[in-house]
Amino acid sequence: MNASAAPPTRRESGAHPAPEDLQVIQDKIKACIQCGTCTASCPNEFAMDLTPRRLWRMVLMGETEDIFSSQTFTLCSACYSCTLRCPRGLPLTEAMHDLKQMAYRGRIGRYKPSTAFYGHFMDTIRRHGRIRETEFISRYFMTMTLSKPMLPLSYTGLGLRLLRKGKMAIEYPFAAPGKRSLEKIFQKAESMEASE
Amino acid sequence: MSYLYYPGCSLTGTAREYDQATRAMMDAMGVSLTELEEWTCCGASAAEACSELLSLALPAINLAIAEKMDTRQDLLVPCSACYLNLKKANETLRQDTGARERVNTVLAENDMALEGSVRVRHLLDVLATDLGAEAVRKQVKVDLSHLTIAPYYGCQCLRPYVIFDDPEEPRSMEPLIQATGAQLHPWRMGAKCCGASHMNTKMEVALELVHAILQAARGADAIVTVCPMCQMNLEAYQGKINRRYGDVSSVTILYLPQLLGMAFGLSDKDLGLGLNLAVGEDFRSKRHAAVPA
Repeated sequence: MNASAAPPTRRESGAHPAPEDLQVIQDKIKACIQCGTCTASCPNEFAMDLTPRRLWRMVLMGETEDIFSSQTFTLCSACYSCTLRCPRGLPLTEAMHDLKQMAYRGRIGRYKPSTAFYGHFMDTIRRHGRIRETEFISRYFMTMTLSKPMLPLSYTGLGLRLLRKGKMAIEYPFAAPGKRSLEKIFQKAESMEASE
Repeated sequence: MSYLYYPGCSLTGTAREYDQATRAMMDAMGVSLTELEEWTCCGASAAEACSELLSLALPAINLAIAEKMDTRQDLLVPCSACYLNLKKANETLRQDTGARERVNTVLAENDMALEGSVRVRHLLDVLATDLGAEAVRKQVKVDLSHLTIAPYYGCQCLRPYVIFDDPEEPRSMEPLIQATGAQLHPWRMGAKCCGASHMNTKMEVALELVHAILQAARGADAIVTVCPMCQMNLEAYQGKINRRYGDVSSVTILYLPQLLGMAFGLSDKDLGLGLNLAVGEDFRSKRHAAVPA
């Protein structure tokens, strides 16, 4: 990740967010009646260690330690079924995004497969304006080398098929920013978010 | 009829055939598409997981470009993830003046500003609502009545913005598919999630979801999609899924404009059919058994 991606207000890397950081999410979901429709609607619930309903309860209770020990919010695939069905009309998918952003800003190690993936994606479009698949994936795999050295193997076959079909190109992973660089946009957004 | 056109990153790379087929099919229907000048990435599913402000600003850049080009034309988007990002930014920034000011402060860095005057439309919405099945039927030159097709919508063209279809039991593709003469595969998986980017970060979870979809497609000659991420998840991991579960045979996965284009008699090259990752031999031979309508 680009070092400038780190807002100056960030706590020490890997630290759990503080309960007061949950305020913005609590405001969004405070009308939750714990009915469990979100859990029943979630296609990924089978893989979650906390059900969405329990997660929202913990958010309202400010239980950051349990929330950021759980993988539940990283398992949200943004299908919007819970948002659609919530009888209180709460923006639950958006609240999942808020938790993902907190984990990203906090650089919490256990979320690295997700945060590194999204972080490298953002870094690639920051430099080039559009995604460069090979560059982005190479950088992601490099970051994951220590924790998941075999990860690239799961995608080698697909990568070769895409290269053969001309749907991916061989790209130098450290190419200089191009003419569509979004550097100024990213810098401005980051400085604004850091001062909020 | 004419639209501004935002292809998005996938359609210039891993989903090139979606772009080719969309342009070819629209051209055959007399619809002109003007590509957005110097468009940039909408943020995909990454921006919303990293920064709230960038998740609005990145699509807003493209909305601002569209406004500058022509506000009378709707902005047509074939990728469901791009569509939702652009739509969400447009709706949010239209209603929330505070958010619009913040985003415009960011956009000012590139000498851009957003009013919120563009209409963002998904390709399926344009096909189903503006063009309609009758217009499709008029272009049909190849009878596909011996094919059975499973329509797959995915999530983000349907939810959370309920614009052109039922968000849980969608049917907007049905008249379009039937207009080609093809039969509909009866199933209830059309609006179920494919796992989206979990295929890269939580593969076991995504494989489970895709497995259920492929299994339910048994009996269909092909699944048609309207999203590059759905398409990739359904077509690219079939071997892995079969090794893992042992009960799914290969399924042909096409983009909806490719199916419509076939019925219009467009060439395989124009429709990019050589670029798909899962078009089975059985589908190829069955399709060519077609007789001119």
